[in-house]
Amino acid sequence: MSRLLPFFGFLLLVALFGFGIWWNTQHDQREVPSPLINKPAPAFVLPKLDDPSQTVSRDNLLGKPYLINVFASWCIACGEEHPVLMTQGKSIGVPIVGYNYKDAPDDAKAWLAKHGNPYDMVIADLEGRTAIDFGVYGAPESFLVDGKGVIRYKRIGPLTPEVIEKELKPAIAALAKEPAP
Amino acid sequence: MRRRLRHRALGALLQLGLLLFTGLAFAQAIDPLPFKDHAQEVRFQALTRELRCLVCQNENLADSNADLARDLRHEVFDLMQQGKSDDEIKQYLVDRYSDFVLYDPPVKSSTVLLWFGPLAILLAGAVVVVVTVRRRGRAAPVAVQDEKPNDEGDDW
Repeated sequence: MSRLLPFFGFLLLVALFGFGIWWNTQHDQREVPSPLINKPAPAFVLPKLDDPSQTVSRDNLLGKPYLINVFASWCIACGEEHPVLMTQGKSIGVPIVGYNYKDAPDDAKAWLAKHGNPYDMVIADLEGRTAIDFGVYGAPESFLVDGKGVIRYKRIGPLTPEVIEKELKPAIAALAKEPAP
Repeated sequence: MRRRLRHRALGALLQLGLLLFTGLAFAQAIDPLPFKDHAQEVRFQALTRELRCLVCQNENLADSNADLARDLRHEVFDLMQQGKSDDEIKQYLVDRYSDFVLYDPPVKSSTVLLWFGPLAILLAGAVVVVVTVRRRGRAAPVAVQDEKPNDEGDDW
């Protein structure tokens, strides 16, 4: 029995390493869970992309759930996500607020003109200061905010048809079941 | 001959060290910030070294060239100017980016394994070794005493 002990130890290590490899293929290693889930969205006041004289604040958006979608014209994965938003954005049932992140306004406008605009409104964060409050560390990222201004779901990386079906829509459906604020 | 070789190797090693050192010195000067004094700069360097860049995850904020790392460096700098303590600045970032931004994660239920796992494995190994040695000692004490000293002149 004791002679087999090293062998069992070896098997244990194999199992451990095997688990490690399996675990790392199961989830995106770059994904950092947001500590903001189920907390109020940070207060912000940001200008609209098409009319910087007008600003939008968190409090303006209270009352109805909405999706904030962080995007930029320089962001490659946003280009992958964009057609999905164009075809499925209207069907998710909540307004989509485009959050233009550290982008030159002219680049962003040209990008939306070229590829289409899936957003109900677009706000611009040139310096990325508010993005730090939101814990944004890349684009695209999406936040589902409920009518009380609480962040309920976050997606890091592009929204794909699969993610919309399996994660976003159930999250939105859960909001609809709650009494309106 | 041998000594000369050794000297040369030592020289090469020194040069390499010097090279690494100057490399580090350059890495510090990514963006010059208007520090009040040297002490504040040292504190800033130490602090940003303990914080992880989230885009380029295995680099710290001090060394990373990423856009976000620069923004966060400026944020840390601004918070320092506001008179915030190191802990307050860390908490500010943890509130936004979770414990992941810290290179030294705090001890709590989700990180117990991370902190004490290696120690537990080491202790388990030590227990196995002690048990094995004792059992062998008990099983064959006579055989060990009977054995002649195995000294036949080859010392090494």
